[in-house]
Amino acid sequence: MQRLHAPVLLSGNDAVALAVKQSDVDVVAAYPITPQTTIVEKLSKYVADGELRARFISVESEHSALSACVGAAAAGARCFTATSSQGLALMHEVMYIAAGMRVPVVMAVANRTLSAPINIHCDHSDIMGSRDSGWVQIFCENVQEAYSRVIQAFRLAEDSRVQLPVAVNLDGFTLSHCYEAVQPLEDEDVRGYLPRRRRVVLDYESPVTMGGLSLPNTYFEIKLEQARALESSKHVFREVVKAYPGEKDGLDVVDVYNPGASVKAVCLGSTAGTLRHVAKTYGFDVGVVNVKLFRPFPREEVLAALSEAGLVAVFDRALSPGAAANPLTSDVKALLYDAGLRKPVWTVVYGLGGRDLTTAVVRKLLEELVEAAYAGRQEARTVYLREVAAW
Amino acid sequence: MVKPVQRLDELVDTEALSPGHSACAGCGAMIAVRQILMAAPRPLIVVNATGCVEVVSTQIPHTAWNIPYIHVAFENAAAVASGVEAALDVLEAKGLGRRHHILVLAGDGGTADIGLQALSGAFERGHRFVYVCYDNEAYMNTGIQRSSLTPLGAWSRTTPAGKLEEKKDLVAIATAHRIPYAATATIFFWKDLVNKVRKAFTFDGPSFIHVYAPCNRGWYFNPAETVRLSKLAVETRYFPLYEVERGVYRINYFVATPKPLEMFLKPQGRFQHLLKPENSHLMEALKQSVDRRWEELVVLSQRGKQAYAAMQG
Ligand SMILES: Cc1ncc(C[n+]2csc(CCOP(=O)(O)OP(=O)(O)O)c2C)c(N)n1
Ligand code: SF4
Ligand SMILES: [Mg+2]
Repeated sequence: MQRLHAPVLLSGNDAVALAVKQSDVDVVAAYPITPQTTIVEKLSKYVADGELRARFISVESEHSALSACVGAAAAGARCFTATSSQGLALMHEVMYIAAGMRVPVVMAVANRTLSAPINIHCDHSDIMGSRDSGWVQIFCENVQEAYSRVIQAFRLAEDSRVQLPVAVNLDGFTLSHCYEAVQPLEDEDVRGYLPRRRRVVLDYESPVTMGGLSLPNTYFEIKLEQARALESSKHVFREVVKAYPGEKDGLDVVDVYNPGASVKAVCLGSTAGTLRHVAKTYGFDVGVVNVKLFRPFPREEVLAALSEAGLVAVFDRALSPGAAANPLTSDVKALLYDAGLRKPVWTVVYGLGGRDLTTAVVRKLLEELVEAAYAGRQEARTVYLREVAAW
Repeated sequence: MVKPVQRLDELVDTEALSPGHSACAGCGAMIAVRQILMAAPRPLIVVNATGCVEVVSTQIPHTAWNIPYIHVAFENAAAVASGVEAALDVLEAKGLGRRHHILVLAGDGGTADIGLQALSGAFERGHRFVYVCYDNEAYMNTGIQRSSLTPLGAWSRTTPAGKLEEKKDLVAIATAHRIPYAATATIFFWKDLVNKVRKAFTFDGPSFIHVYAPCNRGWYFNPAETVRLSKLAVETRYFPLYEVERGVYRINYFVATPKPLEMFLKPQGRFQHLLKPENSHLMEALKQSVDRRWEELVVLSQRGKQAYAAMQG
């Protein structure tokens, strides 16, 4: 591919805003919350400067932000919102509705933990709270990926086989405020990649009723159909990545590093980079399975990556208090059980409320994992990586 | 200025709302919605909050709506309408769609309680839509619980001994946002109602109409009395008809000699306890609140007259 633009230095949030601008959205409705705020600040500036022909709706809450997006999408607009933490929790009700009404809204979530106690730093508690809302949920490893995924998200959401809202997750601060060299696409390439597709919208000439009441005689089928659309969106996701006019290496549903290793670490988001770095630098024979597409969960691909493993460590950056397992671990265990694969699975809880995952901590853990695998230890363990780095 | 409608045949003759929906017989809200739809300009999109009107008209796989309609949730109709309005504005500019008139329909609960924040936000932002609160004075869809628009003294399932608080002044709340137009209306005075709807749609910004909609199911009266009760509500000064145009108040139906409030209360089961001697203090409080409200309105409208005269020079 011919590179017309030199790479530019962008924060994760700037990269998201640039991607949204290039995607020619019609409506942005959003409310400030750290660490997402600079996305919408940037977008409001693009609109004010005439660089983006859109209406920026400064709503009075996140509940209204997503509600306005549902209305705008129903009227035919390409629309975007972004939030974090408490804002996402406030949207919770409307997230289920957006998916149930099959509106192609795209949202960036700069992941942040949930109160109480109030804390602005990263973990995945916010999105895990809306895990079952029926949205496509993508996790990004770096700023370049956040940029690409937002553009891809519009194409995926608007595909007639999908017609579902898409959440693009980027780790709060670690990605949202981290500056990286990003290779943006040409505006024309984005435009060509995101053609306007016809779909059913609110229009007087062909009236439709949206958001009707369903009784027990219809609800079940409607929800199953919705769940199937989410399931099959994995294939469309692949097509969408394949057609993407930029770099697509490592952008499949899962990204596997060192597939032959017997110890496998499974994770979401920016942590994959840290794990790979430590494994490489210190020569641990540990594979890293980075789950990029979290919903729909890429069962076949994750299973393929783990089927030969002797020991699996699942990195969970959210708790599911009182549950049989934390969110990602729960998915992985179910998968292995269904495949009849009995292997030791450790659940590694880390980074809650923004606690740093340092290379030193990771190094110690990988040592333990390799040792346990070598010794053939079969017990499952829960590890809490709580060491506090010097401030 | 649109020419006021004088005769029924001057209204839109296509029924935007089909018969055969599942509202109770004699539902005041549905009569109001029908009148509003006959007056509203086209092309029109309806945004509805959760509540009786939504539930009775959209049961999948059927719909009573012959015009585009969207319902999202209980508390967010004004936010949804903001999105629809903004979307069509941009899409028209980009040649990808066209603007529609937007009518929001929400109950007293969806407006004055849980939806007030979204409504306030949308008013402040100045979206172009007409927001109608159909007021049946309780949460009817969930089985008659009190709202902040339930009147003082009234029974509901969550005010079993009668409500102790006064009804909120919704038009004053709307007006405090400096929106161009706010009004009250009810179904018996259909000409007043349809002309207010037509007027409301002429403003380049949000307008608000508070429509009184008797509910026989929740108020316990004979369904044949719906329209008569809407008339009595006005004639007893319980629900005055007025409008506020750019801050200027005008009473549209001056009730010089009000009928006794009891005429309005008596046919309704929800007020029966008020008529008992041991509850005379509640009855007195309700009467005082009605009187005070009327006097306030008279003062506001007199001030309005002066303001109007001053504007005319
Ligand atoms: C967030 C939320 N809380 C509660 C409800 C339950 N609920 C549905 S309709 C309704 C009452 C509606 O009252 P109102 O707005 O006055 O409309 P009406 O039913 O009287 O027409 C309630 C409490 C809901 N749907 N959503
Ligand atoms: S309960 Fe009242 S408002 Fe609801 S449909 Fe029946 S009459 Fe109409
Ligand atoms: Mg009500």
